[in-house]
Amino acid sequence: MGKTILTVDDSASIRQMVAFTLESAGYSVTTAVDGKDALAKLGSGTADMIITDLNMPNMDGLQLITEVRKLPAHKFSPIVFLTTESEESKKAQAKAAGASGWIVKPFQQEQLLAVVKKFLG
Amino acid sequence: MNAGPSSHADVYLAEAEDLLADMEAGLLDLEGNPRDADQINRVFRALHTIKGSGAVFGFTQVADFTHHVESAFQRARDGEIPVSPGLLEVTLAALDHIRDLLDGKEDRAREKSLLARLATHVPQGGAASSRPDKKAKPPRPEPESPRHWRIRLKLGPQVMAFGTNCLRLLDELRALGDAVIIALPEGIPPLEHMDPVACYMEWDIILTTEQPRSAIEDVFMFVAEDATIGIEPIAYEKDDSKRLGEILVERGDIDLDNLMGALRQQRPVGELLVQAGQVSPEKIVSALVEQSKAREEPKTPMGVDAGHGSLRVQAERLDSLMDQVGELVIAQARLRQLVADSEDLNLRAVAEEIERLSSDLRETTMGIRMVPIGTLFGRFRRVVRDVSRSLGKTVELTMDGEDSELDKTVIERLNDPLVHLVRNCIDHGLETTEERVREGKPEAGRVHLSAAHSGAQVLISITDDGRGMNRSAIRAKAEERGLLAPDAQIPDGDLLAFVFHPGFSTAREVSAVSGRGVGMDVVKRTIDALRGTIEIGSTPGEGTTITLKLPLTLAIIDGLLVRVGKGLYVLPLSTVEECVELSDDARKDQRGCDFLNIRGALVPFLRLRERFKVSTPPDPFQKVVVVSSGTSRVGLVVDQVVGQHQTVIKSLGKLMADVREFSGATILGDGTVALIMDVPRLIEMGQTGADDRRLQSGVDDRHLIAGETR
Repeated sequence: MGKTILTVDDSASIRQMVAFTLESAGYSVTTAVDGKDALAKLGSGTADMIITDLNMPNMDGLQLITEVRKLPAHKFSPIVFLTTESEESKKAQAKAAGASGWIVKPFQQEQLLAVVKKFLG
Repeated sequence: MNAGPSSHADVYLAEAEDLLADMEAGLLDLEGNPRDADQINRVFRALHTIKGSGAVFGFTQVADFTHHVESAFQRARDGEIPVSPGLLEVTLAALDHIRDLLDGKEDRAREKSLLARLATHVPQGGAASSRPDKKAKPPRPEPESPRHWRIRLKLGPQVMAFGTNCLRLLDELRALGDAVIIALPEGIPPLEHMDPVACYMEWDIILTTEQPRSAIEDVFMFVAEDATIGIEPIAYEKDDSKRLGEILVERGDIDLDNLMGALRQQRPVGELLVQAGQVSPEKIVSALVEQSKAREEPKTPMGVDAGHGSLRVQAERLDSLMDQVGELVIAQARLRQLVADSEDLNLRAVAEEIERLSSDLRETTMGIRMVPIGTLFGRFRRVVRDVSRSLGKTVELTMDGEDSELDKTVIERLNDPLVHLVRNCIDHGLETTEERVREGKPEAGRVHLSAAHSGAQVLISITDDGRGMNRSAIRAKAEERGLLAPDAQIPDGDLLAFVFHPGFSTAREVSAVSGRGVGMDVVKRTIDALRGTIEIGSTPGEGTTITLKLPLTLAIIDGLLVRVGKGLYVLPLSTVEECVELSDDARKDQRGCDFLNIRGALVPFLRLRERFKVSTPPDPFQKVVVVSSGTSRVGLVVDQVVGQHQTVIKSLGKLMADVREFSGATILGDGTVALIMDVPRLIEMGQTGADDRRLQSGVDDRHLIAGETR
């Protein structure tokens, strides 16, 4: 335990929900409001896994994934993005950028945990 | 509403309100400048979040309706439709509708007309086609009876670079059932063409599981698109038909010897294919596993153990069987030595056959002695219940790894130390209920027992979530008893290890359960005798974990054979860290500073020649075997390191019960006896010897300095 997950979303409610779910399961959670914020947070702290939304102001999820994969420390970190059914093309782009997995919105807390467990165990 | 406490929904409502305001501003700006991409994006993002989060927090109606508006704006954003005044008009009206929906006001008629109006601005074929997926997860199908699956897995080369740990996928498969995994390394290119982060390995997995196919597919959900994954059921075939040879023997046309002779000449088809270079040896292994699985009768969930009844056998019989197997292994070693010089090929063939048989027999016999540790853990329910009742504490006992198997003797001897440790946990480790409540911890204290295999060892840990060990009390006690110099800096682990000293108890009051200062030293001694180690980890306020590392079996160990003078001795290989040569300086310096510098760390060493009072001339190059137990290390100076040796342990007789240096003996292939060194004891001696000398050499130094200044 004690793994840290960075959750990136411009929606405060999603951030809170993700953080609440993961913290209840014993993970540490840091949050960021967009890609820029996330990169800054990665610069100053650690994260064993990143969960990011795709649509965000300033820097969107796609760009964030591309940037994170350039960081030596996160070359192999799991990155999971949140997406909706209607974003098939986005999904392909995100995967090409180096995402490890995805969660389709709307999701249940158990689904979120199942995906996190898949990567962090 | 299905997600989390209502506070999440409140946050969502507040957020949606902000987003709607933001969107409204965006829409109004767009009225002035309908081509402003930033504003279109702003509106789209707001809709996207309202929809996405709404669905998560159970506002399905909001999500459904918003989805249509979002789709329209997505097309506007992608430049497929213009942002017309009409579209803006509808969107503003839709915005009001969303706001009402969030307030809990429904208006089906208005919704219908809004959707109809929206549709006039969006050409057919786009918006309505991709509705958000509302269907709930299909209920997990009932477990089926176990089936065998053949899975061939070739992952995309960049899978690791994209954050997926391949080994974890294999672990997930193992979690589904009984998996035999065979790695196929054919795809690995020569080093100069290899991309170190690419995944070249392929796997064949023969999985026996009750889970449906979809559960297997779920494991690969994120990697499936870039990977080649074949999942096929293996048909069960009952192999009743007689072989040609069997029929011929039955008819009396040939006798069994003829048949065996003929069969020996026949080579397995797999071997032939490998030799012809048509298939890799790994693929043959994989196919053989599949074959054997397919012949296994599929177990029905009802009668898993049907036909696999167990038999109770007296323990002594088992012990004598083990003894005899031990003798056999020794005799076999002698045979091997004799045969090594023989030219007789037939004799050698028989000797090899016997070697294989005896090693199989040894494995099987050891397997018989293995008992799941759950039998031991089970007794602790009662211990915990009784102790916690008598102390008035509520304790929740959890355990995992009950299936881990351990030698029967080890399990028996573990009972007392474990009972003691569990009692300690509850008595000293866990706070009283009132204290726990005050600290904001759950009322019931938690004690967790776990067991897991790690190589040839078993790790058993006892964890509590109590107050943790009181370091200052331990320190004070250690200083009071003269074990530790005041203000001395010592590693945390060493400080905690003081509780293993005889008569060491920091408990302020003696309770009926524990705290009389007897116990932890006995625990330590028992664990040492089992050739195990014990370690304590403790965080103040969060709890304590005590980890025991124990060998799987007491009967046979892997040993390192060394020679001191003329005598041969065995060191348990698990304790050996490294072998180094004794440098000239250290050898000549007989004055007392028996320390080695190993990569910057000072390691005391014992000269076994001196300790064993050996009179033969020493070998010109003395070796040092560095052994460890827990966190301490000590070097043992020997004449020669002979090599690795499978050691069958014989206990020393009662007459030698007070011998400190040795824990047992073994018989070597040529019939000579080698003594097995008791490493924890030797380390103790080495460490105390070092402490004495440290004091002595301090005195010496002073004399020396005085002498020089004179």
